[in-house]
Amino acid sequence: MAATQPLVQLRGIRKRFGSHEVLHGVDLDVHAGEVLCLIGASGSGKSTLLRCINHLERPNAGRVLVGGELIGYAERDGRLHELPERRIRAQRAGIGMVFQHFNLFPHMTVLENVIEAPMRVRGYSRSTAVATALDLLGRVGMAAKVDAYPRHLSGGQQQRAAIARGLAMRPQLMLFDEPTSALDPELVGEVLDVMRDLAAQGMTMIVVTHEMGFAREVASQVAFMTDGRIVEQGTPGAVLGNPTHERTRSFLSKVL
Amino acid sequence: MTATSVRPVRDDGDVVVPRRRPWRWVGSVAAALVVGSVAVSFLTNPNYRWDVVAGYLFDPRILDGLFTTLRLTVVSMLIAAALGLLLAVMRLSDSRLIRGAAGVYVWLFRGTPVLVQLILWYNLAILVPTVGFGIPFGGPTLWSADTNALITPWTAAILGLALNEAAYLGEIIRSGIISVDRGQSEAANALGLGRVDTFRRIVLPQALRVIVPPASNEAIGLLKYSSVVSVIALPDLLYSGQLIYARTYETIPVLIVVCIWYLVIVSLLTALESRLERRLGAGFRSTVGDEGPRNGRWARWLRPNR
Repeated sequence: MAATQPLVQLRGIRKRFGSHEVLHGVDLDVHAGEVLCLIGASGSGKSTLLRCINHLERPNAGRVLVGGELIGYAERDGRLHELPERRIRAQRAGIGMVFQHFNLFPHMTVLENVIEAPMRVRGYSRSTAVATALDLLGRVGMAAKVDAYPRHLSGGQQQRAAIARGLAMRPQLMLFDEPTSALDPELVGEVLDVMRDLAAQGMTMIVVTHEMGFAREVASQVAFMTDGRIVEQGTPGAVLGNPTHERTRSFLSKVL
Repeated sequence: MTATSVRPVRDDGDVVVPRRRPWRWVGSVAAALVVGSVAVSFLTNPNYRWDVVAGYLFDPRILDGLFTTLRLTVVSMLIAAALGLLLAVMRLSDSRLIRGAAGVYVWLFRGTPVLVQLILWYNLAILVPTVGFGIPFGGPTLWSADTNALITPWTAAILGLALNEAAYLGEIIRSGIISVDRGQSEAANALGLGRVDTFRRIVLPQALRVIVPPASNEAIGLLKYSSVVSVIALPDLLYSGQLIYARTYETIPVLIVVCIWYLVIVSLLTALESRLERRLGAGFRSTVGDEGPRNGRWARWLRPNR
């Protein structure tokens, strides 16, 4: 295992908004099939780091590699050339993303939400896209709601539909940005169940979350971030059960 | 008949005595008096000359004018929509120069009366005797024409109305675009959709919900203020009527005919708008009690059964 190249490699990622630097050089490796949970207080840079991976945010320094491919740039003669939009789109298409506020398209039904990108980006025929979508929606327990509009669904149902939308692109990596933070407490479980199934099927996942129970149970690695740095990383048992860093300890004492 | 059958009874059998509302009665009587006296005047005042109104309602000159007004409105509105979309996208650009150019356009065309703009366009030949295009700054001319031949009352009217309307529509479209949550284009980008698909498939359909009500207002406004083209002698609905009563002195009956036609067209446009809003409202209605799109009080008031 150790010999294989990590699927995701972050090297020295720095990001600043104006003069305020929110990421101070982050390194991270995630191997295929692993589930990495990013934990930490609000404003520690977790979401920004996640958004750098599919180039929704452009890092001010550092490299993002997914599947060995540099994201957002082509490196030639010691310079970074910005990739044309078409190439960045192709890179993003292989990385699914799930947002805190679902961001389903409200003017489309659940099914239309799921088939939109496979048809427009992958060029699948409608029947192929629909068949895949119905299969995925069945797997996330949304078979009965395929023709509903997002507005008529609960938060948990919307988030499960959003996960199916991401999976419909057959991604090699799924990013979750606080997927249960906007949900009513009784709906958190159904979304975590879907993510647990996904992990069991071997999907590579990076999950920004405050759900310590999920991290402990599902994660292969947990990374704790504070002030734009990963200060502690390891197995859930090590990081959550026996934290060595003082900041990790104080954070965990507040959330557990 | 018992008393309970007349008064409202709640489910538990308690009788509810309604509150007295004396001012509602006063208001109703006043409204009835006003409506009644107007109706009586309509029916009994011989100066309305309803027989003359009926005679001119389908007069070929009036109908020609009506079609000119309709063509003028539709063509101007289509050009203005395309130009307005361009202006909206320019104003949202990252380039300060592009934003500025669109801003100056809106400032100029919104800041001067459309009547003045019309007269200026009609007299364009005085300012630029020939128009053409070619390589600028002294290069060869590829095509040119005499301005006087190009600027007819019709082209001047279209230019004046469309360029003016574009400034207003541009602002309406821009406000519609920025009303769509940023998360929508982020989700589309994360899925790998390109800029054009993201705009056309995701942002625009949602923006249209916000754009359609004020844009319909603009269309109705344009239909009516297109009557200013009478100053450059284009025979639209109003000017055709004016041409008739200038000879026959049947001023009031002919103007009533003109008003009837404006009212008919505005009613049709309003019905069209309601249908359009209903279609764009897909996904935005609550399941209980289909109230249609919830975009502003006046849109709800226009809706047929409330």
